[in-house]
Amino acid sequence: MTEETVTIPTSGGALAPTLRPPAATVGALGWVRANLFNGWFNTLLTLLSLYLVWLIVPPLVKFLIVDAVWTGTSREDCLAEKVGRPVGACWPFVRAKFTQLVYGFYPWDQHWRVDLTFALGAALLVPLLIPRVPYKALNAVLFFGVFPVVAFVLLVGGVFGLQHVETRAWGGLLVTLVVAVTGIVVSLPLGILLALGRRSRLPIVRTFSVIFIEFWRGVPLITVLFFATYMLPLFLPNTWTIDGLLRALVGVALFSAAYMAEVVRGGLQAIPRGQNEGAMALGLGYWKMMGLIVLPQALKVVIPGIVNNFIGLFKDTTLVMIVSIFDFLGQLRAAFADPNWSTPSTLFTGFAFAGIVYFIFCFGMSRYSLFVERRLATGYRR
Amino acid sequence: MATEAHAPPRVAFYNDPRFRGIFYQLALFLVVLWLGYEFVSNARDNLRAARIATGLGFLDNTAGFSINQTLIPYTESDTYARVFLVGLLNTLLVAVIGIVLATILGFVVGIARLSPNWLLQRIAGAYVELIRNLPLLFQILFWYLAVLGALPGPRQSYSLFGEVFLSNRGLFIPRPLYGEGFVWVVVAFALGVIASIAVRIWARRRQQATGAQFPVLWTALGLIVGLPAVALVATGVPLGFEAPTLRGFNFVGGIRVIPEFVALLLALVTYTAAFIAEIVRAGILAVSHGQTEAAYSLGLRAGPTLRLVVIPQAMRVIIPPLTSQYLNLTKNSSLAVSIGYPDLFAVFAGTTLNQTGQAIEIIAITMAVYLVISLFTSALMNWYNARIALVER
Repeated sequence: MTEETVTIPTSGGALAPTLRPPAATVGALGWVRANLFNGWFNTLLTLLSLYLVWLIVPPLVKFLIVDAVWTGTSREDCLAEKVGRPVGACWPFVRAKFTQLVYGFYPWDQHWRVDLTFALGAALLVPLLIPRVPYKALNAVLFFGVFPVVAFVLLVGGVFGLQHVETRAWGGLLVTLVVAVTGIVVSLPLGILLALGRRSRLPIVRTFSVIFIEFWRGVPLITVLFFATYMLPLFLPNTWTIDGLLRALVGVALFSAAYMAEVVRGGLQAIPRGQNEGAMALGLGYWKMMGLIVLPQALKVVIPGIVNNFIGLFKDTTLVMIVSIFDFLGQLRAAFADPNWSTPSTLFTGFAFAGIVYFIFCFGMSRYSLFVERRLATGYRR
Repeated sequence: MATEAHAPPRVAFYNDPRFRGIFYQLALFLVVLWLGYEFVSNARDNLRAARIATGLGFLDNTAGFSINQTLIPYTESDTYARVFLVGLLNTLLVAVIGIVLATILGFVVGIARLSPNWLLQRIAGAYVELIRNLPLLFQILFWYLAVLGALPGPRQSYSLFGEVFLSNRGLFIPRPLYGEGFVWVVVAFALGVIASIAVRIWARRRQQATGAQFPVLWTALGLIVGLPAVALVATGVPLGFEAPTLRGFNFVGGIRVIPEFVALLLALVTYTAAFIAEIVRAGILAVSHGQTEAAYSLGLRAGPTLRLVVIPQAMRVIIPPLTSQYLNLTKNSSLAVSIGYPDLFAVFAGTTLNQTGQAIEIIAITMAVYLVISLFTSALMNWYNARIALVER
């Protein structure tokens, strides 16, 4: 075969010099043209978006940082008339109310117990969350088994010479975290049991599970809390007096267990039947089959759902405020009522602070769940 | 020998799965029965000791408190049963309006998150992340205390065209006044709707038979808007508006929307819309890109591709989680109690419970109402879901 000769157009025998691409298609300018200003519609959207950003971001920065008052002792320092300039956020208000927002009315000289509990929890939780740290099983037992007991003894007191502190004195972030952690620790095992019950072949077990799950999922959490606060004491022998916080905890735990059960059920349904049959063929009984073969795979699939539930639970802890338990948000609302700090910017300052705290917790959880999801997505990734 | 080898192995009766199943179920049943019995007998003793009346007789008693938003006539001398009805209607009002607005906002934000416009996509993403990571109760209180609480009084209220006023007393909008011939406008509107449906059916048949398309949307719009407009002019415009006017320290005339309603609606809509946006995004992403490319290669333009190929498939993924968001919104409307919007929970499980002390009946009724709303909505959406579900072999 003969090769065809290709004639390259040349100018005067030499190759034409390579031209740079047009400046408008590369670099930052090219990116802006391709992503923001391609066509009249997109340009309009970009301009509208820019207007929106301009409307929100500069005033926010101005309020939170530029015009904010950072030091002071009373409302006088946060009043525009007294300061002589426009006043943004009144951060001294947050500083003055900080202990109330974190500890509630926990006795001043006993704050170290709360601090110690927080520190213990963090010291056990952080290594549990970092995959590279060894001794995961021991760590998990300590966090889910031992820590709740230690925290209970530390916070309630009455033994080992610790002063007894009634739960009515608890408040703020302490209550928020107690409700959230209890809800999480109780709802996961209860939810797994309910999910197994709903998938069971035993008709009575299945019926009870379905009724339980559908009932709690069909009513708002606030009615559950009212149920636990006002109705539960009527159903128990009148010699039992149940602590107000404990009642709310029971309500939250039952409620979130029902939601957890549905998430776990989704995971159980995603596992092919062959896994069950394989386990049975190996001679494993029901609990070994579930505990060793099915649940580890099922729970892995639904980790995002479980963490979403945890985030929902954390946000829902705010509802205990309605049954007169002063959680973080409840304490914030109580702090607003203080006439010593009533300024035009107090409300926005308080909400900004509380918003940042809630956002850090929830956003942190969702980012961690994404991280775990990516780490565990080994079996299904190609 | 052979028959012996195939005989089932003898196991002790306590190792027989059938016996175990029956035993466990019987045990569970007895435990639940015992718990139920304990609850009932304890409740009877406790109620007797506390001298609380039982039964639903309290529903006929006079309520004696006022409610600041009623859709049906209500006075303080009405009964608790009437209070229940007023609260239920208020709950349904905020739920229905909230669902409609949250769906619109949610779809807009969800589509914006998939926009090729980088800036818009980021703004929508920031909105979703911010709203979803803050508690709803926090947002309700924020709107009510901080935003609406900071509004000026009626004299300095914000106004739109001098007809709509927003102040710390609430939102004032004009009240429509219907004249004598207005019924004909309604009739014309109904005729327009019926005619549009007829045109749609006819156009569909014609397209299936001949392939020719007919501009159904524009025709329907013309019929639904045009016919009532003609009727309105023909009957001499029997429609007026009573605008709210400032008199003294407050407005008179018009319709007053209480600030509690505005705050609750704002919080519920923005909160639920963030979740709906994620559902919409996931639904659209679930339709494989090959579908869009195939539609383009068949010669469909972007609009028809979205309308005829992508959205019908995405809806299958979107509907089930969307239903649970609607239910969540309805259930979350009970948080109204925190700012004093008179919904079912606030007036019935709140005020009525405080006044009568009949916790069991009132909480049971309240829970039952939400349960019925939930089950009814799920049934409706399941029916719709089954209708649009993929028909497989």
